[in-house]
Amino acid sequence: MKIAEIATLLETGAPLGRIQGDRDLTTAYAGDMLSDVLALGGQPDVLLTGLVNPQVIRTAEMLDTACVVFLRGKAPTEQILSLAESCGVCVLTTGKEMYEACGLLYGAGLRPAQ
Amino acid sequence: MTAITRTYQVPGNDFARAGEASGHIKRILKELGFSPEMIRRVAITTYEAEINMVIHAGGGTVTATISPQAVAVVFEDHGPGIPDLELAMQAGWSTAPQNIRDLGFGAGMGLPNIQKYSDVFEIKTAVGQGTTLSVTIFAEGKEPI
Ligand SMILES: Nc1ncnc2c1ncn2[C@@H]1O[C@H](COP(=O)(O)OP(=O)(O)O)[C@@H](O)[C@H]1O
Ligand SMILES: [Mg+2]
Repeated sequence: MKIAEIATLLETGAPLGRIQGDRDLTTAYAGDMLSDVLALGGQPDVLLTGLVNPQVIRTAEMLDTACVVFLRGKAPTEQILSLAESCGVCVLTTGKEMYEACGLLYGAGLRPAQ
Repeated sequence: MTAITRTYQVPGNDFARAGEASGHIKRILKELGFSPEMIRRVAITTYEAEINMVIHAGGGTVTATISPQAVAVVFEDHGPGIPDLELAMQAGWSTAPQNIRDLGFGAGMGLPNIQKYSDVFEIKTAVGQGTTLSVTIFAEGKEPI
């Protein structure tokens, strides 16, 4: 799945920031505890979260996560977006909450990162 | 390649910059062509340890030594130290306050994660003096070559 398909499914509007490489995305993780993502040991291509802070982008950077989706319409700050740009992480924002966003992506074939 | 060493000063309680050192180390490893698996283990380990310095110790110094066989990283701080290391190592144990939990940290998984993803793991800590955490990740898995 490409970032553009995620944007369509989650009705995010245009990606905030650059899409790097536009590789095929197969795995995702959703949650609000960053240490839990890090504990996973897997590599989520997409990270969905209700948290909006620079550490979300850093966590994505550490795990080679291509795309961060901020949920419930929370808007990232300029600082967050410029960090995402420098880390090569694409940012999407959706008005949907976690349950629905995950359901839509799972239904379209995105699988849990292990 | 001979070993290269990089040193970073990590400021305390600065959540905009927390992760800079780990991000920098990760970029060096990428440029040097280490495997994605190895790089991810280093990234998780260093990031959790860097965050701990920022949250719990008022910052500190990170020194990374990179050779073809291994990456060794030392995190030295002069924070409060850890009174009960056995407790601190338990998954889920955290003294992080609510404002830190609101950032997505304070799950008490940092030290267990660091131990899990490193090959050599050593902590020296003294209350009132500080904490030094040393980790090594080998390029070819758990054993040194
Ligand atoms: N560098 C440090 N200096 C002082 N205390 C620390 C340090 N690192 C960890 N700790 C203590 O160990 C506990 C567990 O750490 P960790 O497993 O990383 O969980 P968390 O950071 O989520 O609280 C922390 O809550 C803190 O009390
Ligand atoms: Mg921690």
